[in-house]
Amino acid sequence: MVSPSSGPALSIRGLVKRYRDVVAVAGLDLEVPRGECFGLLGPNGAGKTTTIEICEGLNEPDEGEVRVLGMTHREQPRAIRAAIGISLQETQLAEKLTVIETLELFHSLYPKRRAVEEVLAAVQLGEKRNARVGGLSGGQKQRLAIACALVGDPELFFLDEPTTGLDPQSRRQLWSLIEQFKAEGRTVIITTHYMDEAEHLCDRVGIVDHGRIIALGTPRELIGLLGTEHVVEFGLEDAATMPADAELTALPGVTAARATDGRRQLDVTLIHEAVPALLALLERRGATLTDLATHSATLEDVFVHLTGRHLRDG
Amino acid sequence: MADGSAPRRWRDRALVQLTLARYREFYREPEAVFWTFIFPLIMAGALGIAFRSRPPEVVKIGVIERAGSAATIEGLRQSTQIDLRTFQDDSTAARELRTGKVALVVVPEPSGTVEYRFDDTRAEGASARRLADDALQRAAGRTDLVATTDALVREPGSRYIDFLIPGLLGMNLMASSMWGIGFTVVDQRRKKLLKRFVATPMRRLDYLGAFVLSRLSLLAIEVGFLVGMGMLVFGVPFRGSLATLTVVALLGSMAFSGMGLLVAARPKTIEAASGLMNLTMLPMWVLSGVFFSSGNFPDAMQPFIKLLPLTAANDALRATMLEGAGLASLGHELAVLAAWLVITLGLALKIFRWQ
Repeated sequence: MVSPSSGPALSIRGLVKRYRDVVAVAGLDLEVPRGECFGLLGPNGAGKTTTIEICEGLNEPDEGEVRVLGMTHREQPRAIRAAIGISLQETQLAEKLTVIETLELFHSLYPKRRAVEEVLAAVQLGEKRNARVGGLSGGQKQRLAIACALVGDPELFFLDEPTTGLDPQSRRQLWSLIEQFKAEGRTVIITTHYMDEAEHLCDRVGIVDHGRIIALGTPRELIGLLGTEHVVEFGLEDAATMPADAELTALPGVTAARATDGRRQLDVTLIHEAVPALLALLERRGATLTDLATHSATLEDVFVHLTGRHLRDG
Repeated sequence: MADGSAPRRWRDRALVQLTLARYREFYREPEAVFWTFIFPLIMAGALGIAFRSRPPEVVKIGVIERAGSAATIEGLRQSTQIDLRTFQDDSTAARELRTGKVALVVVPEPSGTVEYRFDDTRAEGASARRLADDALQRAAGRTDLVATTDALVREPGSRYIDFLIPGLLGMNLMASSMWGIGFTVVDQRRKKLLKRFVATPMRRLDYLGAFVLSRLSLLAIEVGFLVGMGMLVFGVPFRGSLATLTVVALLGSMAFSGMGLLVAARPKTIEAASGLMNLTMLPMWVLSGVFFSSGNFPDAMQPFIKLLPLTAANDALRATMLEGAGLASLGHELAVLAAWLVITLGLALKIFRWQ
């Protein structure tokens, strides 16, 4: 590897990017050590893609400094490009070329590479080597896109929403590819709005909202912020019969209550005490449930806890 | 694991791989192959038939048949260049003349004089009058004072198809260079593939160079095919040297490639690029002497027309193919093409939108 193997893989200081009247990135700081799989989490439009594209050298920051593997895009653009792999959100590779032709093309662009055959086997496209790109499934196309980055033998891999729109099986395949890459001691930076993806893959995650990182830590640490292990969510037929938040938090085992989309979400430590007490309270008030669900606390709940919005709301 | 230390085979160079990709994407697109190779040939065939060399001109002339017209009709029949039709009344004759079915109506008067009715602004009208008058005067006993004979020279090189083939070749060079580059660049920009390439250590010169190289390899086939078919099917002469043709075709193709790159430098959609393409090419199809000589336009426009790249390409191709002109006499045309290449390429590189 040409770049020094000490120091962080990525360091961002005071990053700002504005588009006319919109501030896409509003003073973002981040340091990712080598060998880590880091996830940038947030709704669409939070500034994840802008941030990652500035790191890839595809976009210019208005303010702040970005160092990739200790280098800056201003001073060593080609050295950075040779050392990183990227997977963009919506690249469409040439449909008329075959899998092997596409890989050989990308292979030829890098100074330091991995053998095409080896990468082809790693992404399990060996059988499709002579198939046209246009005929591949969504998952196969995405694996090929990742292979196009892997042939450059990258030290640092940026993946922007790599599994959006893929079926569950393709997502699993992609996850194992990323885990394999990570197991070689390389660095991965991934953006996603799938919380399960971040929990599964990432050593640390940063939750991004309105161009800032509003929470940073391991998935376990962030979920720990909730001070709870379970979440109960319910809706009522008649919103007027909804108990006040104070009444809800007074229930045994409930630590917090908040409104989301006209429904209520409760942070619960002891689910077997909280649920019967909630049902009794609702019955006393003559309220009728439309639905009631419980789940273990996830990063999604952390996002709701921090912003009062669901990730999918944007 | 990493094979970076192994010496690079020629096939593993970025320029070669990018060129191969261009080439593969071209021949795997049947439409592109059709428009580049088959379409110009069909066009040449259709226009060749429409404007084929006719047997010696025969002029259709009408005559009004009435008492005392027999001598006149007999006199007109003597000429082999006249296709004579007789009319019984004035109104039929007038209608046939008006609609161009006959070029001239001959009206024998009872007094023995003859009246010619024709439209003197039509070329056919005037020549029909001359032919008819000639035939009648001879039949009446006129003798020519100077003895003349006709020696006929019908040579390939002066027919319409001979004019057309180099023009179609020039037009094809322009269309395939501009579309081939412009369409692909904009399509790759739209699909974010250009952005993906920019994020690799690819040299931008390699990316653009690949277009040039793939264009050149296709150019050889394209020019060879059209010139060859022109010679074989239509008997179009090829009097110049292959080297001159190569230089003209190369420089022309490069100039049009520069224009294609310039047109494709900014647009993000195929629609926007198509509009710009047509805006650029359409005036040249009309002005630059593809289907008819650009000399038909007023003198005031000539300096401007001479500066168009397609005019320069067509003039140079015609001079080479039909007159056997060498490079030395094509200085003006080659200079025009070179200037277009330098200016468009320079501008394109300056304003090119890589993402």
